[in-house]
Amino acid sequence: MPVIHPMPSPSAPSSGNGKDPALVVEHLHFAYPDGHVALRDVSLVVNHGEKVALVGPNGAGKSTLMLHLNGILQGQGVVRIGGLEITKVNLPLIRTRVGLVFQNPDDQLFSPTVFEDVAFGPLHMGLPEAEVRRRVAAALAEVGMSDYGPRLSHHLSMGEKKRIAIATVLAMAPDILVLDEPSAGLDPRGRRQLIQLLRTLPLTMLVSTHDMAMVRELFPRMIIMDEGRVVADGPTERLFEDVSLLERHGLERP
Amino acid sequence: MHANVFDRYRFGTSLIHRLDPRVKVVVTLLFIVSNVLLPDGAWPGFVLALVWVLLVTRAAGLPWDFALRRSFVALPFALVAVTTLFSLPGDPVVAFRLGSWSLQINDAGLLRFISILIRTLLSVMMAILLAATTPFPDMLHALRHLRLPSLLVAVIGFMYRYLFVLTDEVIRLLRARAARSGQLPGHKAGGTVLWRARVTGYMAGQLFVRSFERSERVYQAMLARGYRGHMYTLNPHVMGRQDWLLAALAVAALTLIQLAGRLSFLR
Amino acid sequence: MDTLLSAFFPWLHIPDGFLNLVMALAFWLVTAAFVVVAARRLQADTSGLGEQQVPLMGIMAAFVFAAQMLNFPVAGGTSGHFLGGALTAIMLGPWAGILVMTAVIAIQALLFQDGGLLALGANIFNMGILTAFIGYGLYRAFAGRNRRVRLLTAGVAAWLSVMAAAFLTSVQLWLSGTAVLSVVLPAMLGVHALIGIGEALITVAALVFIAQIRPDLLGETAVKARGGRGWVLGGVVLVALLLVLAPLASADPDGLERVAEDLGFIERGLEAPYTIIPDYTIPFLGETALSTILAGAIGAVVVGVVAVMLVRLLRLRWQG
Repeated sequence: MPVIHPMPSPSAPSSGNGKDPALVVEHLHFAYPDGHVALRDVSLVVNHGEKVALVGPNGAGKSTLMLHLNGILQGQGVVRIGGLEITKVNLPLIRTRVGLVFQNPDDQLFSPTVFEDVAFGPLHMGLPEAEVRRRVAAALAEVGMSDYGPRLSHHLSMGEKKRIAIATVLAMAPDILVLDEPSAGLDPRGRRQLIQLLRTLPLTMLVSTHDMAMVRELFPRMIIMDEGRVVADGPTERLFEDVSLLERHGLERP
Repeated sequence: MHANVFDRYRFGTSLIHRLDPRVKVVVTLLFIVSNVLLPDGAWPGFVLALVWVLLVTRAAGLPWDFALRRSFVALPFALVAVTTLFSLPGDPVVAFRLGSWSLQINDAGLLRFISILIRTLLSVMMAILLAATTPFPDMLHALRHLRLPSLLVAVIGFMYRYLFVLTDEVIRLLRARAARSGQLPGHKAGGTVLWRARVTGYMAGQLFVRSFERSERVYQAMLARGYRGHMYTLNPHVMGRQDWLLAALAVAALTLIQLAGRLSFLR
Repeated sequence: MDTLLSAFFPWLHIPDGFLNLVMALAFWLVTAAFVVVAARRLQADTSGLGEQQVPLMGIMAAFVFAAQMLNFPVAGGTSGHFLGGALTAIMLGPWAGILVMTAVIAIQALLFQDGGLLALGANIFNMGILTAFIGYGLYRAFAGRNRRVRLLTAGVAAWLSVMAAAFLTSVQLWLSGTAVLSVVLPAMLGVHALIGIGEALITVAALVFIAQIRPDLLGETAVKARGGRGWVLGGVVLVALLLVLAPLASADPDGLERVAEDLGFIERGLEAPYTIIPDYTIPFLGETALSTILAGAIGAVVVGVVAVMLVRLLRLRWQG
C-alpha cells in the first residue's frame, strides 16, 4: 500500500429516484453474539425529505438500529435505502447514500487534521482530487466551518467536533442523514448552533436523541423505541399529548 | 489540565515553517549524523553547528534560546557518560579521593565527556526545532513520501490523533485515584506496594479495554464512510525551487562544519 | 507535564550523540527489516483482525504512550512505571506489538525528543523488538498451562524484557565508547531490576483485569497464528543468553571487556566512532594541512553518502 492517489471513478452514485421511500426497514431482528436481543421485529418507513426523531430510553436499540442502516451490523430482515436492499455486494454504494454520524465525535474524527477527516469519505469513493477538494470545501461551508480545514481535530471544542463530524458525511453527498444523539454533551450555544444547522440542511434525516425540546422544535414526526421494538410512530405533537405512553417508556414532555 | 500542552508545534509562517517537511526531516537527520561524525574536541565544528542552530531558530521566528532551554531534557542521560571521565587513558587533570576510592579525571576523558554532551545537545536542539516548526500531519506526509511503510505511517497518524484523548483519560484516572487517596491521622495509609501496583495495573487494564473498544467504534466509523482496508491521502506538498535551494544550502553548510571540525587538528 | 514525560525510562531512551554512527546505522538496518516484515505480514493478514488493525494498532500505540504516565509509589521517592512492550506483544501478537512500539518510540523521539532520531533504530530494537521476543515468546512457551502459570510467566517475561533492554542499552553505549561497561552495566541492571518489578506487577494486574472484563481478547483464538515457533524459540534463546551474560558481566565486567578486547571488538568499538579516518589524517599524506583538509572533505562525503543511502533506503518500495 504505497501512497495511493485517487483515480477518477465512472460516476458518483445518483440520489434516490423519488419513487421508493428514502428508507424502508422490514421485520428487522438482531441479537448480539452474547445472546442479548437488541432489535425485535422493527419495521419503519422514512420518505424523502422527512425529518424523523428516534427516541426511547438507553438500551432501547436506537444505536443498534442505526448501525444496521449503514450495513455495519446485519440482522435478519430487510433494510432498503432508496429502493436498494442492503447486501454484501452493494455495501460500498449504500455507504455513500447513508451518512451515519456517531455519538462520540472522537470516534468519528480519526484523522489528525479536519481536512483529512472530511476528505476520507470522498477519497474512498474514488473521486478525483479536484472534486474531493471541492466537496470538502462545500461540506465545511455547509456546517459553517470553512476555515477549519488545516485545524487539528483534538484542538476543537465539542460543538465544533460535532459539526465537523456532520461535515465528514455531508462530503459524501448522502441521500439520508442518520445522527446518533447529536446534541448530547453540548453547551447551550453549541446546541443552538446544531439545531440551526439541522434545520437548514435540506436532507432526509433520522435522528436519535434524548433532547425532547429539540424534537419538538425540529422533527414533525417521532418514533419511540423500547426494548428493541418500535412502540409508537406518528406526528410529534400527537405523541407528546399521550402522557401515559411517554411515561411508560421513561420519556418526558418538554 | 488538558493534554494539548503536549503539542510542540509553534504556529508560524516563517521561511522554516514553509519549508517542505521532507527537506526538514532529511536535513535534521543529516545534521545529527554530522554531529556524530565530528571528532572529540572539534571546537570550530561545534561552534559552527551551534551557529547553524541559532540561525535556524532565528529564521523560524523563535526566541534565540528556544531550543537551548528545551534541550536539557537529554541531560539526565549524560550521567552514563560520566564514566568516560575516569576511564580513558590520558594525563590526569584532577584527582580526588572518595572514601576508599581514588578517582582521577584524565584530559582525554574530559574531552570525550564534553564532546558527547555537545553532540547530544546540538542534535536535540535540531530535533526540537523540527518539531516546533512542522505541524505533525505534515511530518506524517513527509514520512509517507519518504517511503516508510504506509501501514506504519497510518498507525502513527492514528496514534497522534488519540494520544490526546487517551492522555486526558489517564489524567482523569490519576486524578480520581488521588481524590480517593485519603489518610487518617494515626493510620498508615497507602496499603502495601503490591496493592498499589495492583491498583495501577487495573488502571492499565481498564485503559487497555477502553482503548480496544474505542478502536472497535472508530473502525465502525471508518466502515460507515467506505473504508475497505486502504488509507488514501492527497499530497499537499510539492518541492519548490526554494526547497531545493535551501536543501543544497544545508548540505553546503554541513560540509563546512565537517571541514571546520577537522581543520582544528592542523598542526 | 514535562517532568512527567521525561520521567519515562530516561535510561532506556538513548539520545543522539551517545551512539556512534556504525552502531546507530546497524540497529537502524535491523529494526527497519523487522518493521518492514511486520508491516508486510500484517498487511497480508486478512484472516485475523484484517482491516480493523490500522485503527486498533494506532489506538493501542496511544494507549501505551498514555499508560506510560501511570505510576505508583514504591519506596523512598522512587516509583514503579509501565513500559508496555511485553503486554502489547502478549495481547496483540509480536508483529503488531513491534509496529505499535515503533509508533510509540517514533512519536516520543519526533515530538518530545525522548530518545534520538539517529538512535531511533536502537531504541526501537531495545524497547520494541527485544520486548516482543521476550514478552510474547516466553509467554507463548507456557501458554498451554493453567492460569496461575500463565500470569506468572507474563510477569517474569515483563521483568526480563526490561532487563534485556537495559542490558543491550548498556552494551550499545559501551561499544560506542560513551560509557564504561564496568560501571554502567551494574548500575543499569540494578535500576531496572526495580523498574522491571513495577512493569511485571502492572502487566500481570492488567492481564487479570482484561481476563475479567473481556476474556475474549485473551482467548486462544485471539492470539492464534499471530506469531510462530520462531518467536518462542527466539524469546527463550534470548532469555537464556541474558541469564548467562548479565550475571557474568555484572560480576566481572572487566572480564567481558577483556574478552571483547581479545576479539578486537573494543578497539574498533571505542575508536571507530569518531575516527573513521584515523587521526583525522590520510595515512600516506602524513600530518600535513592537505591531509587534514582531505580528511575533512572525506567526513563531509560520508555525510553525503549517508544522506543518499538514507533516502534510497526510505525510497525502497517496501510494499507492492
